Parts: sequence; structure tokens; C-alpha cells
Amino acid sequence: MFRAARSAASFLVVIGALAVLWEVVKLLGGDPSSEPWPPPFQWTVASDLNMPHVWEIAASFAEPAQRNGPPLGVVLVNAGIFTFREAFGGFVFGALLGLGLAIVFVHSRLLERALVPYVVASQTVPIIAIAPVVVIWLRGGWLAVAVISAYLTFFPVTIAGLRGLRSPDPRALELMRSYASTSRDILLKVRLPAAAPYLFAAFKVAATASVVGAIIGELPSGIRDGLGGAILNFNQFYVSGPPKLWAAIIVAAVVGIGFFALVRVGEVLFLRGRTAADA
Amino acid sequence: MIDSVVRVRGVDKVFGAGADKTPALQQIDLEIPKGAFVSLIGPSGCGKSTLLRLIGDLTQPSVGTIEVNGKTAHRARLDRDYGMVFQAPVLFDWRTVQGNVELPLEMSATDRTARADRARAMLALVELTGFERRYPWQLSGGMQQRVAIARALSFEPAILLMDEPFGALDEMTRERLNLELLRIWKQTGTTIVFVTHSVPEAVFLSTHVAVMSARPGRILELIPVELPQPRNDLTREDERYFGFITRVRERLRGRDVMRPGAAEVAAS
Repeated sequence: MFRAARSAASFLVVIGALAVLWEVVKLLGGDPSSEPWPPPFQWTVASDLNMPHVWEIAASFAEPAQRNGPPLGVVLVNAGIFTFREAFGGFVFGALLGLGLAIVFVHSRLLERALVPYVVASQTVPIIAIAPVVVIWLRGGWLAVAVISAYLTFFPVTIAGLRGLRSPDPRALELMRSYASTSRDILLKVRLPAAAPYLFAAFKVAATASVVGAIIGELPSGIRDGLGGAILNFNQFYVSGPPKLWAAIIVAAVVGIGFFALVRVGEVLFLRGRTAADA
Repeated sequence: MIDSVVRVRGVDKVFGAGADKTPALQQIDLEIPKGAFVSLIGPSGCGKSTLLRLIGDLTQPSVGTIEVNGKTAHRARLDRDYGMVFQAPVLFDWRTVQGNVELPLEMSATDRTARADRARAMLALVELTGFERRYPWQLSGGMQQRVAIARALSFEPAILLMDEPFGALDEMTRERLNLELLRIWKQTGTTIVFVTHSVPEAVFLSTHVAVMSARPGRILELIPVELPQPRNDLTREDERYFGFITRVRERLRGRDVMRPGAAEVAAS
């Protein structure tokens, strides 16, 4: 608990430092009209259009997103929840598919040799290219987005899972053979528990990737209720309200970090009691 | 001979094929009577661990037959006649001590309470009562090895196969565990096949020492160790004990001459 509080505190310190750095850049090269002094430089990146003030971004959460609409903060939180649901679906699909493949591969060298190159190749195809196809196949909607997100998440789980399932000491497997145990017993009582630390490492990568996948998946699906839709929208109308896009980016990051933290909590609970090195 | 628990007949073991063919064991004949404590000793790479693994059906002979309790070694493994202990404890670090000892019982569909009772009894046997809920990494090396022994004994195997179980432990722990192992052997009446590098350990523990040659391994002689039972600390000071150590050493060096009372040589 103490460690968790400390890492949360250092996280906030870093966020604070970034905000300060952001404003220092603006003080040095921002628009003369919005700075307390004439900045010594004129940097295009640091203009109020490209880098709105931190307080303007913060204030935008309370302002209506559209005329007479609810505040931007409410809109973005709802969008964040919507996208998180898709990402969670993608995470679960991806984790199950990834672990399933790893279990198949660990039992069949033949299938491993035949299929692993395609698993690797799948990740070289940009998700932007895959997403529209999936949307056409599944006619858009929540499921299509989850499938697109799963496309990003299964890969680390397969690779780490395979490694973890192979991690037990060969003598541990011999020991199990000497008990005349079935391969199901070996899987459930030796391979999977041994793979757990590897899997959690992959789940953490997959959790953040699933949010990226969900946001990208929303774009070709025409889904307007999620963060992808919000980012697209605020991007199109950037000039009329630069802080809105930045606010959407912040919410997207919070969703990703929150998902990561959720997996981390699961990891700590699940691996409790093991050697200190694992936890 | 009817009482033989293990009967190895004309066994050869060859690793690899073609040009890489390496003969590991040659013409092994070995009878192990019920309740015996047999040590396999020989130079490094002589195939003593391979022989142990053959008996335990973890690998198969190239030629010859192995019978265990009147069955094939394969059948015996499926019947769970073996308890295995390796040089490393090979405990599962996500299971408590108790959970590790219960693991083999989970395969044989023993019910939960019977399993827990049996595990506690085995932990008492290796004098680890009170450590049930600890995790393996919280124990010393010697204690971990005792957990491994308790686990191997949990389902009352007819035969205990031990591959240098105390090889990684310090001398004092090793001597203490030797005595404990003898006590457990007496209490359970199980047959033990024990691989070791240490001549004194082999002589101290065993009813028979099988002396093996360098690769390809053959059994040069099965030496019965006629020292009084039960063995204890006094055994280590017995003159006959040194006599047997010398005899095993000389057989290992390839000399047949028996020189009784050569205690000075052994002690040096």
C-alpha cells in the first residue's frame, strides 16, 4: 500500500513538472498577447493555437462542448467509459485468443512452426488498414471495435504466454510425469501458474494497446460516442477550440493509464505470496 | 529373487543416432530387493542418473527390459509406484509447503481432507510441522529438500528414486539429512535407489552400493554393505565403515584387490 501511494505521488509530480515545462515553453516563445511579458522568441509550436495554456485546457472541461450542450468534461467522461468498454472487450478477446494460441503452440511444435510466422506478420499490417475491413465484415458497432482492439492485444499475450508456459524447470515436468499426470494437469498445475508473471506483463501491454485499438477502431466504424469520435470531431473543428482536443487526449491517456493500473492491481493480488522478485 | 522390486535385465541405453551415437549404458543387470537401499556411484557422466531415469520410466532403454513390482516400468509409473527427488528441490513457488506436498495427491483424486491430513503427516515425518503455510522461498535449502522428500513420499510410493538429493547442500546439513533419510526409510519401509557422487555417503546409507564404470556405464560390482542397522553417528567411526569406503574407492579406480583395514587410505 505504501509503495502504491508513493508511485501515485511520483506520477503526480511528473504530471505537474510536465505542466510547468509546457508553460515555460510558452513563456519563452508563446503569443505576446497572452503572456505576462513579450516572450523573447516567437515559436509557431508555442502559439495559443498549437499549445493552449494549461489552465485553458483545464477550464475547457467545465465549458459546454457544443452550444447549449452538457459540459465537455461530462461528454469526455462518457466517451471515455464508452471507449473503455470497447477496449475491455478487445482486451478479453485478445487475451483469450492470445493465451489459446500459446497453449496450442506449446503442445504442438508443428503448429507453432506453421503459424507463428503469420502471427508475427499480422502485426506488421497496420491496424488502420485492417480496421475498415473488420468494420465491413461485422457491420460496425461495438463488436467490430472490440475485434479491432483484440488484433493489437493478442500478440503480446501469445508471445509472453508461450515463453511463460515453457518456463517451468524440465525436472518439474518430469516430476509431473512421474505422478502419471495428464497434460491437462500439467497445464493447469504447472504451466499456467508458472506463466502467470509473464502473462501479467503482457496483459499490462495489452491493456494500453487495447485502448489505442478501440480509439482507432471507432474511426472507420462511424461510432461517435467514444473517444475516437470525440478526437475526430475536435480535430476537425480544432481552430474553433484548441483546448477541446487536448482535453480529449488527456482523457484518452487517463483511460489507458487506468486500465493499466487495474491490471497491475490484479497482478499484485494474483501473484501475492510468490518471491519478491515477481511482485 | 521373488522379492525384487526392481529387475533390470540386459539394458543398453544409446543416445542420439547415426554418427552422433553415444552409448550411455551397457549390459546393465540389477536386482533390487524389497526394502533395500541401493546407491549408484560412479565417475561423472557414467550414466547413473540415466539408469535412475530408466527405472522411473522417464526415458526408455534401447535394449533390455526393466520390471518394477513385476510390471513394466511404464505400468509402474502409471500406477504411481515412484517418488522422485532431484538435486534441486523443484518446489512450486506459487504453492505453500503444504500445497507442494499435496500436489501428487491431487493427481490421484484423493479427497481434500485426506490430502491435507496426509500432507501434514508427511511434513511431520520430515520434521517440518509448523511450516505448512510458508512458501518454499522462505525456507533454507535443506528444509526445501525435506519438503521435496515429503512430497515424494506423500502417495506412499513403492520405490523412492533420488538423484543426488543432498548434492547441493553443505556438509553438516547433508549429514543430518542422511540420518533423517535413514529414519524415514526405516519408518516407511520403502525401497530407495539413490544416486550420489560421495563414496562415504553411499556406504553410510546403503544396504548395497552399485559401483559403475566410466562411459559407457556398466555395473562393475554390487557391493553389499554389511554394516549393522540402524546406522547412526557411531557408524561413521566404525572401522568396517572405512573398510567399505576403501573397497568402493578401489573398485571405482578399477582395482579388484580388497585391502581390509585400509582405514588410513580412506581417511586421507
